[in-house]
Order: sequence, then C-alpha cells, then structure tokens
Amino acid sequence: MIDKIGSLVNADANLVRRGRFVDTTFMIAIDDAYTLIRVQEGRVIEVTPGPFITPDYSFVLRASRTVWEKFWQPLPPPGFTDIFALVKQKLMRVEGDLHPFMANLLYFKDVIAAPRKEAAR
Amino acid sequence: MNPRFEPITGRYLHLDLLDRPHRLYVEEAGVGIPLLCLHTAGSDARQFRGLMNDPRVTSGFRVIAFDMPWHGKSSPPAGWQDAEYELTSRDYVRMIVEVADALALDKPVAMGCSIGGRIVLHLARECPERFRALIGLESAAHTDPYYDVSWLNRPDVHGGQVCAGVVSGLIAPAAPATERWETLWHYMQSGPGVFKGDLHFYMIDGDIRDRVDDIEIDRCPLFLLTGEYDYSCTSEATLDIAKRTGAPAIIMKGLGHFPMSEDPEKFVSYLLPVLEEIRAL
Repeated sequence: MIDKIGSLVNADANLVRRGRFVDTTFMIAIDDAYTLIRVQEGRVIEVTPGPFITPDYSFVLRASRTVWEKFWQPLPPPGFTDIFALVKQKLMRVEGDLHPFMANLLYFKDVIAAPRKEAAR
Repeated sequence: MNPRFEPITGRYLHLDLLDRPHRLYVEEAGVGIPLLCLHTAGSDARQFRGLMNDPRVTSGFRVIAFDMPWHGKSSPPAGWQDAEYELTSRDYVRMIVEVADALALDKPVAMGCSIGGRIVLHLARECPERFRALIGLESAAHTDPYYDVSWLNRPDVHGGQVCAGVVSGLIAPAAPATERWETLWHYMQSGPGVFKGDLHFYMIDGDIRDRVDDIEIDRCPLFLLTGEYDYSCTSEATLDIAKRTGAPAIIMKGLGHFPMSEDPEKFVSYLLPVLEEIRAL
C-alpha cells in the first residue's frame, strides 16, 4: 500500500496545496521494512523501498505491520484512526527531527493516511 | 437562503474573577433550568452552538456558555503579557463558581467537555451543593501527556495549525465535514500558548485519580457521556469513574472528543434523555 502513496497524494490538489512549504524526506517503518518518502513543495517526488545502509531522513514513523494495516483500513476501529492515537497506546513511535512533522501536522496526517483511499477502492 | 438570526445572544460581562477585573464573553439561549456549559482546552463557547440552536434543548433549559479568560472573545486579564498562562484546578473551580454567582444562577447544571469534563469531577467533590446536576463529557480522572506540548507554542511552528493538527484525530471519522472543520477552526483561532496553558490542568494539575472515590453522587447527580473514538479521554477512563462513583455512563457511538461540536445532532440524541432525567429530579 505504501508504494501507492505518491500517486494518492499527488492526485489530491488540495493536499498538495496545504503542503506547499514542505520539503523533506521522511521514513515509514513497517516492522523492519523501511521506505523513504521524499516530499517537495507538497508533492511526493520519490518513494524508495529499503533496505538502506545509511538512510538520510528527518523523521520516521515506526509501527508493526498489524498496526499499519488496521490504521490503513478505510474506516479504522476506535484507537486506530490517528497517528497520535497509536502513539498514546505505544503502538507507534515517531522519532527524529520532528519540526517538519509538527509544523505541517495536518498535512502529514493526511499524507500518511492516504493509503486508506486505495484500500477503499 | 433567507437571512436569519439564531436565537443565541452574546454579551460581555465585567466581573472580578480570581481577584482581578475581567471582561468575559457570555452566550445564552433558551429558558428554564440554567445549563452552564464549559468548553474544551484551547477552544471557546462556540462549541455549544448546536445545543443553543436546538429547541428540544432550549425549551426546558437556559443554555449558557462563556469563553474562559484568554479564550474566544474573552480577554486575558490586564498584564497578561508578563506571565505564562497556566490553568490550575483551584482557579478553574473558582472561575466557574464566580461566573455562576455573577450571573445569579440558581443551582445550575454544569456540563463540561474534556478539561470541562475533568473539572466537573472537581466540582462534584468540592462543591456539589452548588449544582443541581453535573454532566461530564469526555471525563477522565487523568490523562498522561502523549506528546511534547512545547510544540504548541513556539515561534517557528504556526500555533493555530499545530493545535488543530494535534486534536484533529480526536474527532470521529464519520463526523460531518462542516462541523469537523468548524471545530478545528476554533482551535486554529486560539491565542498563542492558551491551549498549552489549559493542558497544564488537563495533563498535570487536574489529576484527580486519588480523589474520585470521594465523589458522592447522592449529594449531586453526575452523568458521564464519552465518545467511542476519543483516545484522549478513553471509554475505559470514563467507565472507571462510573465504577468508582456509581454515576451512570454512556459510551456514545460514532462520536469523538468534541461531541457537541463535531456532530451536534448525534450528540443531542444522547443528551436529551439525560436532560429529561435532570428535569425530573
């Protein structure tokens, strides 16, 4: 599902507009499978699956595959609807330089939840 | 659309609050038993717009909501620029009692959400005789910090954007888009550091876990309503209060942390039976 994140984000003109000041690379960790996602001016310009020897990114979101799969359901159950819900339950860790993430929180929440749209199809 | 006014009136109330002069914005609608509504951290009394526009509520209740000092259209006290805003349990209880007195409310019902849902527990313990009944929306005896709240007030992060971002996931997924974004807009409009200052009460000072057992619901009836999607004040936390106090608790399907604002119609369907019970007291 993560491989589709670029086309899902870029197809949403309003989401791209909201992220127009975002220029960073972040990482998603599903168990020990890593993916780097490069964002420029709100558009996802590169999605690179690992493994990596020395990955360079600003922040990483780590959770198990089971948690991500629940999170990416079109209508997740209570407790799995939001990144902060997972963090509070210690089911997800957000690590690294959190400035781009927190400064564009509404944008990143929608980017990271974008695979739900694919699941809904 | 034909232009129309809502039945809500808003006025500015001057009063001494916490021993200092204050200018508070107060809204109300309806007639009957006074129902004093307490908004969530970092927001304002607009959260109760749905209640104040619902004749099923306002036909029997005088619904009153004030913007806390620093919030909405209320001013911070003079000299605010020289101190960091931090809400405490002591000040919050006093504020509610002093506002109720200033408005000459006779044994009002107090209904609060989130921080308001917490403070009604303090009211239940400290001054139950002053209230006809208490309604806790999204009540938990304590919430541990689950993110670094310093992100909410720093010059290199837009405060309105980050505050709305932090709370956005607390709204139930099926909430109507208009009400969801209205709810977030209120957060986007909050002054710098106000949400963070409220969270001092919510995550630190307002911890009432060790005193919940002291609440006697026969001195003042307490009703608890919590949205199933609320991960900040969880259903489990509310049910724990219910178990320890004997207060009835309802877990509201399809609602989150801001029931009265994110989906007023659905929330009122849960609230009406509670209001009926209160009318019959």
